[in-house]
Amino acid sequence: MPAERPLTRNIRIGEEPLDLAGYERAGGYQAVRKALRGMTSQEVVQAVSDSTLRGRGGAGFPTGRKWSFVPQRAEAPVTYLVVNADEMEPGTFKDRLLLEGDPHQMIEGIILSAYAIGAQYAYIFLRGEYLLAAQRLKHAVNQAREHGYLGEHILGSPFSLTVHVHTSAGRYMCGEETALLSGLEGFRALPRAKPPYPQVAGLWGHPTVVNNVETLCNVPHIIERGADWFRQLALGKDGGTKIYGASGQVSRPGAWELPMGTSLRELLEEHAGGMQAGRTLRALLPGGASTRFLTAEHLDVAMDFSSVQAAGSRLGTGTMIVIDDRTCPIALLRNVEHFFAQESCGWCTPCRDGLPWVEQLLAAIEDGTGEERDLEVLAMHTHFLGPGKTFCAHAPGAMEPLESGLKIFREDFDRHIREHRCPWKGVH
Amino acid sequence: MSTADAPPPAQGRADVVPALPSGLTAAIATLAGQYAQPRAACVEALKCVQQHFGCVDDARLRALASLLGMSAEELDGVATYYNLIYRRPVGRHVIHLCDSVSCWLRGEEQLCAQLEQRLGIRLGETTADRRFTLLPIVCLGYCDHAPALMIDQTLHGDVQATALDPLLEHFP
Repeated sequence: MPAERPLTRNIRIGEEPLDLAGYERAGGYQAVRKALRGMTSQEVVQAVSDSTLRGRGGAGFPTGRKWSFVPQRAEAPVTYLVVNADEMEPGTFKDRLLLEGDPHQMIEGIILSAYAIGAQYAYIFLRGEYLLAAQRLKHAVNQAREHGYLGEHILGSPFSLTVHVHTSAGRYMCGEETALLSGLEGFRALPRAKPPYPQVAGLWGHPTVVNNVETLCNVPHIIERGADWFRQLALGKDGGTKIYGASGQVSRPGAWELPMGTSLRELLEEHAGGMQAGRTLRALLPGGASTRFLTAEHLDVAMDFSSVQAAGSRLGTGTMIVIDDRTCPIALLRNVEHFFAQESCGWCTPCRDGLPWVEQLLAAIEDGTGEERDLEVLAMHTHFLGPGKTFCAHAPGAMEPLESGLKIFREDFDRHIREHRCPWKGVH
Repeated sequence: MSTADAPPPAQGRADVVPALPSGLTAAIATLAGQYAQPRAACVEALKCVQQHFGCVDDARLRALASLLGMSAEELDGVATYYNLIYRRPVGRHVIHLCDSVSCWLRGEEQLCAQLEQRLGIRLGETTADRRFTLLPIVCLGYCDHAPALMIDQTLHGDVQATALDPLLEHFP
């Protein structure tokens, strides 16, 4: 029996997404009916907790637990749900697929999740470059409102919800949930000190839950089919399916919805078609640019949160960047650290000053003017820009590929320094 | 950019801020209604101003700040934070070439070199006829179609360095 693909079952690449009528005919908005007519908010939270759904934005935090931190309704007259649709992690394109491909699924996920946490307002914080997604989401929101799925007293229940699509203008930092809220409020999008966490004091000081697109798109299916069903879709203990992806030097870059815990080997060899002709796998970043490298010895690792962590990396967004044996790994690290340095918000010293320094050192090493002691300085940065030493997780994320790269590409670093040149120049 | 085109000086008193056209202020007022505080509309509003005038110059920045109840400095702090807001004049069309890792792995450097040669400008510059501005941009989320770029509001993937003319001719 073919595996179930609840998230992408309505999606046809290159075609218009289902409109509201089509979505309803395909079984959509049944979960909303079930919840608003027969479940309490608390029961919806419980179902999501029981499902073991973990955040799909990169951090993997259990969704039910995040929701449980929102104060009870009586203490929180105004509560917000914010969808983090600011997908900008390099190598990541799975939320685009969901937003463009099935906007009503996104809305249904929003309605259920807002009901669960007692939110009366929801914002979709969408990256500005996703113009097609913006168009389709706005159209779907209007349709949902016209048909009574949004607005006052949805389906005759006491629950009311207003949804706005907010488009951003291009800054990676807006993917960090507190910086997102600063940006949404109309301030320069710098992160905020935590605690307080957004669930307690978020948008305009009110309790706010920020969830990733893919995370929320799972909610209608969990409510409709149940937590047990969701858990059984997976191969390990993290329930559900996952939209995995691959880019870089594979034969068939793309995205595929598969059981959570599918092996790295299956993703790379079966779905991505293996390496491009004539190339061999050197390393890969399993969950976007801010994860540690895995290599060929890890091909049998299950791509779920705990297994990838045990292998020394992170599942992150689950979209992998694949590097071949003809790419200079120093040049690759330079490209990655250039991204992180450029996108630093500039607030805290280690990140603002450390990341450009890292980029400069990598550039010098790549260009043949690096020295042995530069490696010590790079290693020092992986310590001083690590978790707990910076204002947010941006710099620590930047250090993940660097720290693992210093280990697995040590020979390449040494050759560049010893030979005063890039041995890969001219190799394609 | 290779040349900084200053807007023509305002007629009359130097300290009069030119108002934004009424259609624009009406659109911005509607946007502001979606948020608990009007300043939250500033990013969308900056994009509206840019859509209308091509970029956000100092005079329009000041006018918008005043409309939203922000200082010009605060709004400038927001405007300069974002990759897609232009605080200086750009050409009729802006090419944003993704230079993040997945596109880099699939030939971005060669594509960039071809674009620079074809247009006769470097990254960050505008062609002499003001037709194109060429800028880098971070990951566009089109990694399965790398190398990718955006021209104005359109996204293009699997861009061949050898097939730029058919692409560019759509943008006069």
